[in-house]
Amino acid sequence: MKRIVINEEYCLGCRLCEVHCVTAHSKSKDIIKTFKSEGFKPLTDSCIAFEKCGYTTFALQCRHCHDAPCIEACLTSAMYKDKEATVLHDKDKCVGCWMCIMVCPFGVIKPDLKNKRVASKCDLCGDRETPACVEHCPNEAIKMKK
Amino acid sequence: MKYVIVGYSVAAVNAITAIRESDKTGEITVISNEDRLYSRPLISYYLAGKLSKDKIGFTSTDFEKDMGVKVLYNTEAVKIETKSRHVEINNKKKLPYDRLLICSGGTPIKIPVDGLKDNLSGVFTFTKLADAKEIEKYIEKNKVKEAVILGGGLIGMKAAEALLGKKMKFKILDIADRLLANTFDREASAIIEEKLKENGCEFLKETTIKKVVSKAGKIEELVLSNGKKLKAKLLIMAVGVRPEVSLAKGTPIAVNRGIVVDARMETNVPGVFSAGDCAEGLEFLSGKGAVIAIWPTAAKQGKVAGHNMSGAKDVFGGSFAMNSVEILGVPSISFGITNPKEDGYEVVKKSGEGKYKKIVVKDNRLVGVILVNCIERAGIYGLLIKEKLDVLALKKELLTDDFGFLLLPTDFRKHFVTGEGTEV
Ligand SMILES: Cc1cc2nc3c(=O)[nH]c(=O)nc-3n(C[C@H](O)[C@H](O)[C@H](O)COP(=O)(O)OP(=O)(O)OC[C@H]3O[C@@H](n4cnc5c(N)ncnc54)[C@H](O)[C@@H]3O)c2cc1C
Ligand code: SF4
Ligand code: SF4
Repeated sequence: MKRIVINEEYCLGCRLCEVHCVTAHSKSKDIIKTFKSEGFKPLTDSCIAFEKCGYTTFALQCRHCHDAPCIEACLTSAMYKDKEATVLHDKDKCVGCWMCIMVCPFGVIKPDLKNKRVASKCDLCGDRETPACVEHCPNEAIKMKK
Repeated sequence: MKYVIVGYSVAAVNAITAIRESDKTGEITVISNEDRLYSRPLISYYLAGKLSKDKIGFTSTDFEKDMGVKVLYNTEAVKIETKSRHVEINNKKKLPYDRLLICSGGTPIKIPVDGLKDNLSGVFTFTKLADAKEIEKYIEKNKVKEAVILGGGLIGMKAAEALLGKKMKFKILDIADRLLANTFDREASAIIEEKLKENGCEFLKETTIKKVVSKAGKIEELVLSNGKKLKAKLLIMAVGVRPEVSLAKGTPIAVNRGIVVDARMETNVPGVFSAGDCAEGLEFLSGKGAVIAIWPTAAKQGKVAGHNMSGAKDVFGGSFAMNSVEILGVPSISFGITNPKEDGYEVVKKSGEGKYKKIVVKDNRLVGVILVNCIERAGIYGLLIKEKLDVLALKKELLTDDFGFLLLPTDFRKHFVTGEGTEV
């Protein structure tokens, strides 16, 4: 079971995790194209809730809850769990009712208010061995749980 | 083991899934007086034309087969015999049970209005797919362009959303002085009232219907409580829902406002459980029983009931009112006690740029929140309510735009987000 753990003490606040998260979820998977021609914005379109207060920063992704409140609350079953117990989101089913945002205790689901659907939610990078954010964190502030 | 479930909606689906975690062979029979399984809140999306009939489900299409349940559609449960343990259905057939789950949901409240007859054409309630289909047909047939919605609560707002999708104009009437009176205050309501106006719609506060005038069985005009007259071809009655408890009446099953259940979702009659909009389970903030008629609570209670029915142990830790309503591009989320009536509550708020945030605190604990146009990270407020975090020194932080875990005490944050075993 893939899980990401956070060490806020190690977070430099560089936000590379967000940049690489968006890139990994783009069409081209190319860091330049993602932000230039595909029009993504690194700070709003990532699956990461980045927090900053003074000198403390940390990056938080979906915890893939065991008894996931977002799945319980979802009106459409757009939120679901796969066989690996990863909590995933199906954009086609989503109607943007924001029930999941209401109940996610970590506040890590971002709404796409214009298109009325969840904009981004961590999918642990599906087929990638290591999620992009973890792979590119220069200081091991986010790591895979062993 | 024979399980019988009355009502087939979100509580039932969660109960069935929970039962099958441990009991793969028990016989599960579901009685439903509707013709299909669907997500009730999606009827407004259906009427708005945003979702087709076959897109309003909330389970996989093979759910019944996978779970091995028998669903009796278009069948009414008419009587429960708790002594001989069976449920009678409308063809007089009796279904025996070892475990019974009543999850019959809610039913629209009817209020007496002069001139309002039962089968008056043009008057509808809005809680079932059948209602949405009938409204759709009626609008098409009569080329209706304007409507009146009685009730500005959750269902009234959902009806409004649906009509907006159909490019219709409407007036919403409510005896309260604001929309979503159970959760909103005047300030929150004003943001949405303004939007309604921009779209040619209107909210008439402190107004109700005194008389319905009809002609040849069809609604024509409304006389309002302020004496004014209003032409109306379509009237949607959305004054609220009450728990559907008629099956429990006249049986030893205890009924207060809803069917009274313990933490295991069992009623006072052993073997009989209840969950969802018809059940009166634990309300977290008061510590007393209450009906909390929302989807997530129905799902949770159904799950807990299912576990206990099949012999696994599970308890319902209580829930509190919360909802998410979006209308005309204004998203809003509210939690708990948002309009305290007694003393002892402290209220702090912040507004500007069409946004509104309100925090209600009691004994240094967060007990209520309203968020209009700033719903990002809303769930963290819910977590603070549930965890009863001391927010004495945090009131300002709770209102900030970049509210998040970093503004919370380090040990609280670390417990929840960093290190091992953080998922709930
Ligand atoms: C228009 C609308 C919008 C909503 N939007 C939201 C929302 O955005 N968020 C939210 O949290 N909640 C929302 N709700 C509330 C939510 O739908 C309910 O909380 C939820 O459906 C409750 O589920 P339940 O399983 O308790 O029962 P219900 O969904 O009410 O289903 C009960 C079923 O039992 C059947 N039944 C009753 N008696 C019998 C009998 N004697 N025999 C056979 N069958 C019987 C009923 O016909 C019904 O099919 C909305 C409700 C409506 C009407
Ligand atoms: S989105 Fe939130 S509630 Fe859902 S699994 Fe992730 S952390 Fe848990
Ligand atoms: S916004 Fe989408 S994913 Fe979230 S609860 Fe609603 S339908 Fe489900």
